[in-house]
Amino acid sequence: MRTSLLLAAAISALTLWSASADEIWVSNEKDDTVSVIDIETMEVTLTIEVGERPRGITFAIDHSVLYVCASDSDTVQVIDPDTGKILNELPSGEDPEQFVLHPDNRHLYIANEDDAITTVVDTETRKVVAQIDVGIEPEGMAVSPDGKIAITTSETTNMAHWIDTSTQQLFANTLVDQRPRHAEFTHDGSELWVSSEIGGTITIFDVATQSEKAKLTFEIQGVHQDRVQPVGFEMTRDGKYVFVALGPSNHVAVVDQKTFEVFDYILVGRRVWHMAFNGDESLLFTTNGVSGDVTVIDVEELAAVKSIKVGRFPWGAAYRPTN
Amino acid sequence: MRKSLPFLLMVAMLTTLGTASAEVKTTIGYLEKHVPPPPVLSNLDPIPEDDGLAGAKVGLADNATTGRFLKQTYDLTVQVSDTTDAFLNAARDMLQHTPYIVVNAPMDDLLKLADMPEAKDALLFNIGSADNRLRDDACRANLLHTLPSRSMLTDALAQFSVKKKWIVWVLLTGAHPGDLAYALSLESSARKFGIRILAKKIWEFDADMRRNAAQEVPLFTQNFGDHHLVVIADEPGDFGRYVAYNTWLPRPVAGTEGLVPSAWDRTVEQWGAAQLQSRFSEASDRDMRPKDFAAWAAVRAIGVAVTRTNTSDMNIVRDYLFSEKFELAGFKGRPLTFRSWNGQLRQPIPITHPRALVAMAPMEGFLHERNEMDSLGIDQPESKCTAFER
Repeated sequence: MRTSLLLAAAISALTLWSASADEIWVSNEKDDTVSVIDIETMEVTLTIEVGERPRGITFAIDHSVLYVCASDSDTVQVIDPDTGKILNELPSGEDPEQFVLHPDNRHLYIANEDDAITTVVDTETRKVVAQIDVGIEPEGMAVSPDGKIAITTSETTNMAHWIDTSTQQLFANTLVDQRPRHAEFTHDGSELWVSSEIGGTITIFDVATQSEKAKLTFEIQGVHQDRVQPVGFEMTRDGKYVFVALGPSNHVAVVDQKTFEVFDYILVGRRVWHMAFNGDESLLFTTNGVSGDVTVIDVEELAAVKSIKVGRFPWGAAYRPTN
Repeated sequence: MRKSLPFLLMVAMLTTLGTASAEVKTTIGYLEKHVPPPPVLSNLDPIPEDDGLAGAKVGLADNATTGRFLKQTYDLTVQVSDTTDAFLNAARDMLQHTPYIVVNAPMDDLLKLADMPEAKDALLFNIGSADNRLRDDACRANLLHTLPSRSMLTDALAQFSVKKKWIVWVLLTGAHPGDLAYALSLESSARKFGIRILAKKIWEFDADMRRNAAQEVPLFTQNFGDHHLVVIADEPGDFGRYVAYNTWLPRPVAGTEGLVPSAWDRTVEQWGAAQLQSRFSEASDRDMRPKDFAAWAAVRAIGVAVTRTNTSDMNIVRDYLFSEKFELAGFKGRPLTFRSWNGQLRQPIPITHPRALVAMAPMEGFLHERNEMDSLGIDQPESKCTAFER
């Protein structure tokens, strides 16, 4: 009786869940949980318990599994998004903070924040393929669309480290402003953007030469310059916008991807950190660490439309289609 | 002789440019005049022997990791002396090898060192003395300060107090010179931010408070009028720890005890600080303290300047440290820079109790035309320092 009841409950939960719309998954750094937001209802429909201090969060390219950096558990957890069950754990090196999945859908490049190392893990064999010495407090991770270059940025060394993925060796180290936090390649792979939290800038590199091409600064009326701290950012696939989280200024900047003009600032929750688009990039979901919520931005209107309460200190966000 | 100097400099610069890929080697000295801590009532919380030095070591490791990618190397040479003569001799010796010295010493020894002819072209970083005079009329052009001054600490506490509307203080002070200096600084911060000090008492008991605090402290604090906050000036940590929960009126305690403004505390974990804390405690087997932070910041400031200018030339490094370009990511939420008029490192001041961070000064609303952090400590208009004028 008891078993069948449980089973029935499980089935109904499962049905309810899979029948729902696309989702945004958010890691809550100080709750050891992941919140699942239903994009249609804009509500948290499920909270999953994960390892300690979850930060980096990303799906496999086919969205079959979710990877979560459980920083204080010193592991990357592999989660079945349909059941919320932890399938296995990957050897990640100590204190994995952020990672990026190679386009081969197989290798994870992981920043080990406490160890000044980037660890490369094969998700199929669950073995460490390489460990690369990088600067102190590696955090930002990116991989070029063709998969040939991986990037680690180091917060205290203040560099972008360029890794040749065929040899797993560094081939360039380029200085950026103080406390780099996040890196992204443009979708065509020609530029690398790196944000510097304390420097207050984004440095844009020409990928072919690894030379600095431009530097962006931000200015919000009524907010002291010291509090305008660029951290996470995302680029639209159509090549139009870059949205930049500006940390404790509680704003997201909108940048023209082509002209590098910073032309708008959108007020969001407190200490905005990372973000993720929905499937057609009509909506952007930002994690706001201090206010413990997610702000939904309408990309066409460039306006915040809703805020959704999640766990304590939401950190990363990832999109999952369900249809 | 004088004329040939610019020429020599040019040659040196050309050489640097011509060999851009050559290794840049930077030696940093750590010089300490050891002062035995005064006896205190409690045996808890001894001051670690490597207070300050442990921070310099972590800073050096941070520099070295960065340097690895740029063909820049760093080393640290350490001298700890017990007497002023030995300290100055060690300094003379060190200055032959490097202009960069992190100094952990009392004000008098520090000034003797700064005024030595051999130190004329040195860049000294004070991590040992919070004395306000060193940032004021006793400032020196070759002396920078990464440790906050007492006035920065007491201003931070005063701002917090005003924010909480705790605007009536009573002041308990010990009799050590440091206690009296801290008390003076509290009084001046109170004036600056409109706080009234209702009463002031010097703690002169020589009884062992561990046994009778419960009897002594209520009587000692009985005749104060009504106040919001008890502020304590007890730098060595002698009687202060026995005041909280023993006062006549139920009032919070702040200053050197209770709610404490400092350069650094183990409870600072935001702004990426958790990483520095864990790096430090792994290397040193203890929590990071204010002098450790000041030494770390000094070594890192040199490292950042060498990294960005790709030279260890003192004049170039010094110019860079005072330029608009310099900023240090010091894990306190804002970029740290040097005040051009007295060589003090601008920095937010954490206000903490033993278990958590309560606030980070400057408090919101305390504005400043140049930089909000300049609402803490001696500001340019009040400063009697002229050594930095050009």
